[in-house]
Amino acid sequence: MMRARVLVKPKAGILDPQGQAVERALPALGFTGVRNVHVGRLIELDVEDPARLPEMCQRLLTNPLIEDYEIVEADAPAGSNGGGAGATAR
Amino acid sequence: MKFGVVRFPGSCDEVDALHACRRVGEAVLLWHGDRDLQGVDAVVVPGGFSYGDYLRVGAIARFAPVMEEVAEFAAAGGLVLGICNGFQVLCEAGLLPGALLPNTSLRFIFRQVELEVVTTDSPFTGACALSQRLSIPIKHTTGRYYAPDDQLSRMEGSGQVLLRYAPGENPNGSVNDIAGVCNEQRNVFGLMPHPEHAVDPLTGPTGGLAIFESMRAHVTDGAALV
Repeated sequence: MMRARVLVKPKAGILDPQGQAVERALPALGFTGVRNVHVGRLIELDVEDPARLPEMCQRLLTNPLIEDYEIVEADAPAGSNGGGAGATAR
Repeated sequence: MKFGVVRFPGSCDEVDALHACRRVGEAVLLWHGDRDLQGVDAVVVPGGFSYGDYLRVGAIARFAPVMEEVAEFAAAGGLVLGICNGFQVLCEAGLLPGALLPNTSLRFIFRQVELEVVTTDSPFTGACALSQRLSIPIKHTTGRYYAPDDQLSRMEGSGQVLLRYAPGENPNGSVNDIAGVCNEQRNVFGLMPHPEHAVDPLTGPTGGLAIFESMRAHVTDGAALV
């Protein structure tokens, strides 16, 4: 079993009103100097065959037409300690 | 003319869709877990929140057993109409081009909109007049139609945009004011507005009836030619 995290965000160039709303809200709390905010999703899963993760991402976990994703591998399955992260990007 | 209206867990507009279909023909419910389309002439994938819209709108519903049959039915040329969540499901299933994104306002929008018929050359708008205005309600949070530029220009070039929001009416930031699109073969159509809520003078304008009437005419007149 491998612990994996799939980070999903709106595809570059597609209007992201959620990110914009957050970006507009931060200065109201005094957090200035923040730009390019994007809001996405985190999917965590334990997988027996990590090689199949890209296919899972393409077919269900994301909609490749509107979303970009990144698969981040963590060492330990859920419930155990640890979890150093190495990244395979897309 | 027999319509089939799909019911997923979380569907909420299937009863109005049945009612709309029955104004022009017969209609039966199709259960999401069944693989039997009961010999219908056309399928309606209705609005709602299929399978809770978990992950992304329409993402899980496309894997329902009934959707495999709907995909085969569509591939064989059968008429498929997707309304609101049904539109989202058909996009996720790859039966229609593009995707639906959150409204630019990030708000749930519920109001009447004016639509313009872009082409009458389709089984879904054949009973309309060119540039006819249809007054139909919308109610959605995720209705901003999007397709990549190259795909979009192909769709525009081949007349796959059947309905647009009238000038100044675009409620959700949809690209090119698109309210509804069909596939290349022109037998699958999806739109965000709800024609099934606009078929009875008792509850307001009846602009939605033209969509169902077009489908009926396409099927029965087509059959008459055989």
